[in-house]
Amino acid sequence: MKVLVPVKRVIDYNVKVRVKADSSGVDLANVKMSMNPFDEIAVEQAIRLKEAGQADEIVIVSIGVEKAQETIRTALAMGADRGILVKAVDNVETDVEPLAVAKILAKIVEEEGPGLVLCGKQAIDNDMNATGQMLAALLGWAQGTFASKLAIEGDHASVTREVDGGLQTIKVKMPAVVTVDLRLNEPRYASLPNIMKAKKKPLDVKTPEDYGVDVSPRLTVVSVKEPPARKAGVKVADVAELVDKLKNEAGVI
Amino acid sequence: MNFGLTDEQEMIVSTVRSFVENEIYPHEDLVERTGEVPKEIADEIRRKTLELGFYACNFPEEVGGAGLSHVDFALVERELGRGSMALNHFFGRPQNILMACEGAQKERYLLPAVRGEKMDALAMTEPDAGSDVRGMKCFAKRDGGDWVVNGTKHFISGADHADFIIVFIATGEDDTPKGPKKRITAFLVDRGTPGFTIRHGYNSVSHRGYKNMVLEFDDCRLPDAQVLGEVDGGFAVMNEWLYATRITVATMSVGRARRVFDYAVSYAAERKQFGQPIGKFQGVSFQLADMITEIDAADWLTLASAWRLDQGLPANREIASAKLYASEMLARVTDAAIQIHGGMGLMDDLPLARFWRDARVERIWDGTSEIQRHIISRDLLRPLGA
Repeated sequence: MKVLVPVKRVIDYNVKVRVKADSSGVDLANVKMSMNPFDEIAVEQAIRLKEAGQADEIVIVSIGVEKAQETIRTALAMGADRGILVKAVDNVETDVEPLAVAKILAKIVEEEGPGLVLCGKQAIDNDMNATGQMLAALLGWAQGTFASKLAIEGDHASVTREVDGGLQTIKVKMPAVVTVDLRLNEPRYASLPNIMKAKKKPLDVKTPEDYGVDVSPRLTVVSVKEPPARKAGVKVADVAELVDKLKNEAGVI
Repeated sequence: MNFGLTDEQEMIVSTVRSFVENEIYPHEDLVERTGEVPKEIADEIRRKTLELGFYACNFPEEVGGAGLSHVDFALVERELGRGSMALNHFFGRPQNILMACEGAQKERYLLPAVRGEKMDALAMTEPDAGSDVRGMKCFAKRDGGDWVVNGTKHFISGADHADFIIVFIATGEDDTPKGPKKRITAFLVDRGTPGFTIRHGYNSVSHRGYKNMVLEFDDCRLPDAQVLGEVDGGFAVMNEWLYATRITVATMSVGRARRVFDYAVSYAAERKQFGQPIGKFQGVSFQLADMITEIDAADWLTLASAWRLDQGLPANREIASAKLYASEMLARVTDAAIQIHGGMGLMDDLPLARFWRDARVERIWDGTSEIQRHIISRDLLRPLGA
């Protein structure tokens, strides 16, 4: 079985995000970019499937700026087999929206014929949480989202989903789209031999036109603002004062 | 001229950085508090490093290493320099002098060291022979076909965990116009060899848990098979293989300085006094400007000297400059970082006091700053006959 893993190049999760002065977006100039952490988990899961003999090839796709190639190489250094870069935008500040991404991915799925698409549940930059679901809809495939456990059982996959208040295990028919959550696995480091091999692995460069997909934005960003700063707390002398404040000031009890 | 890193180098840096952050940082406080690296932590770091193919990555591929270039290896060590020396000792980088192993020595020492099965250490310094290596008193005397060794070595880092130690020992003396001059030979000495004791040395202000040990030889008998390189050829193997290792101190100083700088710059942005972040005061911000300028300068100086080694160019002076400048830069940067933090910088709730203490040894070991200045100036003046 072939596994397709789409990965997104996003602002590194360690970077303290700064909103641009004109509220048009987040400042991405000179900022460290990395693979979306949820996508890293998807890559790790694909590699584990391959190690378990349940997958034979892992194809990485990234849609975005040319530099997304580095993100693909990182996945190849972790152990994926080859990559496809879809150069969709020149400017890192232009986000390719989930629907356009899903449409391109649907075309790639048609060409590549994977038995499973493993996506991160969402990208940590815009938190859309939509691409995997849209892709499943476009393909008419089953979907299992927020996976914290995944087992391939013949022509079905058992997906344990992290839902509000607990875990839900569902059985989906393969081929399927599975979006992965934080607790599915812990991604490995790229090993030195794999880092050295990554460059030799094939990486195709495509454009949205190759797939006949229009990536022009449909959404307009009105304004981006920093979350309100947390105010300093207050110290209370005793439980009575705390109860009083909760009752009369905060009005929560 | 290209100052960029290749994709591979970027990935090497990011892998080692994540490794240090996830596998080294979490144990640092424990090591600092106890002065010990628990065996299970040491074994785990070694096992993970082996799994990742980074163990002995400074060795050529034909003996099982990763064959990294000097620049690649400098990048690895720069990232390692961010973490505790005591812990990253187990991110094994055996002494490349082991490449001088011949015949059966390869199976007994070189290959097990590269495979992570045996750990090595290197011993040169003695209580009465520091910078003056030739002043060593530890002596090996011919007795039948063997050598009988007597003497003491001290400040031997890593000897506590070593299965064998490469020891430089005097094997003779020549009369020269400048007076008697020792002939020196490198020996491979196994832990447990009769007459050879490894014992605890001193408590050091720098790098807690990265112990310095004392080696004692009391009529210790070593056969010829233990000679590394040629008899009386100690300086030759030293010059061939230890030449490049001074870069280690420079790279690690740069890595540590960058970690320290991260603390300083974020504190300057967050800490408010007189109604504004202290970074808005020039007294603080200009210190940050000087710190990053010096860190970058040391970084480039170090990478450039590693690059010269890769190109096969003479690099003795450049390595000395990098070692000198980077170690002294680290002293200034750690000091300034504490100044920016004020009193809090001295408390062991933050690691800054540790970085400051650790920095002190960098100007001393692997050739003091004075020895480096001597190397640099001799390189300049000797060709002019001065």
